[in-house]
Amino acid sequence: MISGRRVSAIVLRLYYLYRGSSPRLMPIFVWVLIDMTMWGFMSRYLNDVAGPGHHFIPALLGAVLLWDFFSRVMQGVTTSFFEDVWSRNFLNFFASPLTVTEYLAGLVIASIATSAIALAVMLVVATVAFGLSFLSYGLALIPFLMVLFLFGICMGVVGSSIVLRLGPSAEWLVWPIPMMTAPFAGVFYPLSTLPRWMRAISAVLPPSYVFESTRAIAAGRGANFGDLGIGVALAFAYLLAAGWMFTRVFRRAVRTGLIARYSAESVS
Amino acid sequence: MALAVRDLRKVYGETVAVYGISFDVARNEIVGLLGPNGAGKTTTINMILGVLAPDAGTIRIDGHDLARARRQALERTNFAAVYAPLPGNLTVRQNLRVFGMLYGVRELNRRIGEMIERFDLAALAETRCGVLSSGEQTRVALAKAMLNDPRLLLLDEPTASLDPASAREIRASIRAFAAEGTGGVLWTSHNMHEVQDVCDRVLFLSRGRILLEGDPKSLPAEHGKENLEELFIAVAREPLSLGDVAV
Repeated sequence: MISGRRVSAIVLRLYYLYRGSSPRLMPIFVWVLIDMTMWGFMSRYLNDVAGPGHHFIPALLGAVLLWDFFSRVMQGVTTSFFEDVWSRNFLNFFASPLTVTEYLAGLVIASIATSAIALAVMLVVATVAFGLSFLSYGLALIPFLMVLFLFGICMGVVGSSIVLRLGPSAEWLVWPIPMMTAPFAGVFYPLSTLPRWMRAISAVLPPSYVFESTRAIAAGRGANFGDLGIGVALAFAYLLAAGWMFTRVFRRAVRTGLIARYSAESVS
Repeated sequence: MALAVRDLRKVYGETVAVYGISFDVARNEIVGLLGPNGAGKTTTINMILGVLAPDAGTIRIDGHDLARARRQALERTNFAAVYAPLPGNLTVRQNLRVFGMLYGVRELNRRIGEMIERFDLAALAETRCGVLSSGEQTRVALAKAMLNDPRLLLLDEPTASLDPASAREIRASIRAFAAEGTGGVLWTSHNMHEVQDVCDRVLFLSRGRILLEGDPKSLPAEHGKENLEELFIAVAREPLSLGDVAV
């Protein structure tokens, strides 16, 4: 049985950390602001040089906004997890009645809060400064955000599992995950541009269905809800697999004594 | 019974860290778990805390089987250890609130106030734990450890790195906890004078086995040693000279 009070304790700990720390708060705003500004001007420039019929603001700036949303969701989970790695807090937490599910639920709620703030900031900048109309995506916006949110949580949990299994220094394997995923997800170009082997990987990545649809909408063809359904189903499947993976890694850590011995350096 | 351990065993690869040990801690009792480095004390404590899975045996805390009723067992447990400081980036009050919620403490505000008063932390309540001295951090760790009024309190070298005056205060707090409440205490320490002063009973662990058990005041004489420290050294250097394994 999940205890709301214990989940709230995890969220409260993160709220305390963020409330009193500008170095933690700034990345929520600053990186997305820089991305929106840079890609906003880039989209405007491409609109000018490409001539009529091309709509780079919804196709490119919208895609960057959605990709940043995915990255923020993932980092919302991993950075919250890293806070416990950095403060060597696992022994205190897991010697209490806290369960793995409650702990992960707390991380996910914290991620919802930080990624919602980032999304709001990006929307304001993209809409006010560059005229992006998020509503132009219509009802497809719901599966867009759902797929990217679920896959972001999934990648965050996978990243946390990697660090729990390999030790604190493995966090350097986690930060590049969004960058390594982007080429296969077709954030900036149609999947038809990719060679066959890369398209095979794209087909099993939920975000690729989102970005194909954003381009289709920008080109006036409308979203393919059948494909988006596949994206949602894949995202749910990966989320379940990520939860299973974290639980397996955690159980192994309890069996081997890793949780108790987890310290500031690699424990693998 | 605050704690009942039966046939507890832990193996790492080819190495047996704990050989099927059994012992109890009664309510209002302070039991010292003694032994040289590598004897299996911390392994045993980690298994009781649920952060290390035993390969065999059972652990019952206040009647709740840790393997089958983990939440109920751990709600009745708490601990303080030098190697597990509270997060240094939260204040004393914030840490007590977070851990109070994790342990399901009722009337949490009142209880936090009591702990802050009991451990003389009022002036430090809004200070981040990371900037506190060792002695202050130990007091905060004990405040957290007693926050849920546990039936079983595990203390792994709670007075290590403390000056004698602070250590005396901490010992007094722990004695008061055992005497006034309904909980038992399992205590590890390398300070034999402290153990003799505080513990009602001691268990000597060597190479994963309980070698001796008894009253720390009479046990040295029973084995021809002048004091507990000499007995400790004998256990550490020549465990076989002390006869058959007691438990």
